[in-house]
Amino acid sequence: MKQNVSNAWSRLRHDRLAMISLVVLVAFIVMAIITPWVSDRDDIRAVNTADNPTWAPPSSQFLLGTDYLGRSVALQIMWGSRVSLFVGLAATLLTIVIGTVMGLASGFFGGWTDAVLMRITDWFLVVPFLPTAIVLAAVLNRSLWTIVFVIGITSWPSTARLVRSQVLSVRSRLYVDRARALGAGRAHLVRRHILPNVTPLVLASTTLAVPISILTETTLSFLGLGDPTQVSWGFILNEAREKGAVDRGAWWYYMPPGVAIVMVVLAFTLLGRAMETVLDPRLRES
Amino acid sequence: MRPRFVIGKILGALSTLVFVVVFNFFLFRVVNDDPINSMFRGRNLTPEQLERLRVKFNLDGTKWEQFVAYVQQLLRGDLGYSLKSSRPVSTVIAEAIWPTVLLVGTSTLLAMLGIVLGYRAGWRRGSTFDATATSVSMLTYSMPEYWIGMVALGVFAAGLGWFPVGGLNDPGSTATGIERLLDQLHHMILPATVLAVAYIGEYMIVARSAMIDTSREDYLQLARAKGLREADVRKRHAQPNALLPVVSLSAINFGFVLSGAIAVESIFSWPGIGQQIQFAISGPDFPMLQGLFLLISAAVIFANLVADLLYGYLDPRVAGR
Repeated sequence: MKQNVSNAWSRLRHDRLAMISLVVLVAFIVMAIITPWVSDRDDIRAVNTADNPTWAPPSSQFLLGTDYLGRSVALQIMWGSRVSLFVGLAATLLTIVIGTVMGLASGFFGGWTDAVLMRITDWFLVVPFLPTAIVLAAVLNRSLWTIVFVIGITSWPSTARLVRSQVLSVRSRLYVDRARALGAGRAHLVRRHILPNVTPLVLASTTLAVPISILTETTLSFLGLGDPTQVSWGFILNEAREKGAVDRGAWWYYMPPGVAIVMVVLAFTLLGRAMETVLDPRLRES
Repeated sequence: MRPRFVIGKILGALSTLVFVVVFNFFLFRVVNDDPINSMFRGRNLTPEQLERLRVKFNLDGTKWEQFVAYVQQLLRGDLGYSLKSSRPVSTVIAEAIWPTVLLVGTSTLLAMLGIVLGYRAGWRRGSTFDATATSVSMLTYSMPEYWIGMVALGVFAAGLGWFPVGGLNDPGSTATGIERLLDQLHHMILPATVLAVAYIGEYMIVARSAMIDTSREDYLQLARAKGLREADVRKRHAQPNALLPVVSLSAINFGFVLSGAIAVESIFSWPGIGQQIQFAISGPDFPMLQGLFLLISAAVIFANLVADLLYGYLDPRVAGR
């Protein structure tokens, strides 16, 4: 296992795109972490920005200009990165946990359990997930945890499918039969033989699930379903549109949040695909 | 196709539809225990008025009675009343559906250009064309569709003034016939292109990898050995087989494009289903949301069924003879 990891890493290091993506992601994560130390949350509260110029284009004082209340766009993006990344990562974690448990149970137990769980998975796969997330978020109260829950509950099926097929292929291998013949219990089989073989692909699929979670968070916030007390990238775009930034030609208000979203989503996607290629031998030559 | 395959797929689709109906019902009653109270909070209503509203919105009686009544209503095609306008939800949907069909249909056709690009890129894997097409696809895939919409509006409508900023027609326009049609087309170009740009990458990437998988097959070597020209090998032997994954993708993508239309329509004030969802969210207008969700889900379930059956028809190995 350990050797596999260092092996995979050395292959990944030769992938230039994957390394650039990693650097971009680390930069954004560092920004999200240090923001509370380098700036004051109160600086983007409307009560404190009455003296600032409104709709000001970028200048040396406001690197990315100001919005309709005179709040710095750059600061909003920095604070927004915390919310967008947090929701993206937390929702992905929930997605992966639900998907892995469902996939493991379904692949390991087989029979009726498998049939029932896969039917449920199919339902969630077919029903379009953004509309589902929208109606769920609309009936629940507006908070970050609602968004995390809504994304998690709607996007686990593909992970469940992936884990299940991996479990099925591992389960039929000889060494698992051998372990079972030697008297290994179910818990032992899952822990020692199945999980270690499923983990690498789950890891790659996690990396690919993060950008989808982040995009969903921004879309829900953009539609006005986010937490109204928290600034996220989607929330900034929502306000920019409602206050007419597009008609005013205030590009500094709506371009930067979008660019930030694209950079993070693209970086996670490229990294995830590179990891998948490294970890899945069937994809390696293509 | 074996009848068992067809019946199995139809039953599967029906079970999904039942799931959606049950989900829809419980979502709005159980999660939110007294919708009437939260909807009309702050308005001084007498208990009698509240009671009448409960009856009107089918919220009286036990949960089971409500559910039976809800299903009976659905079977009659009755989706209840909008809280905002008090109009029947089905009437509002009937008005909003055609603009969406037009928009989603046009952009899906445009996005399918991605299939052609993907085939070409996959056939010449590693070429400059492949590298460019793949990078551009990854980039557009990472952009939220509503943000592409905002940028497009900023550049082409507010900036250059080439296109109107939104709507289906010029307000106050009395044009009829061809002129009216051209005006609508003018209004549709921007939103349709935005949606197509957002989803072309997905088609391209899937078509490309399908083509790469197919290009390793032995029967292509055989076709070449027979002396077929490379273009014929591609057109007659590779492309038809690479079509299969694209068929499944189209159904999934239909759901995505429909979802993407929600935000894009509200940006372009396009009077369709998506804009109605945006209106319903800000209410929140639960009966509208319920009806719209049911409609979108049913459309996507149907699209999936068609794709499954088509797949079975195109690939007899799946459906059995």
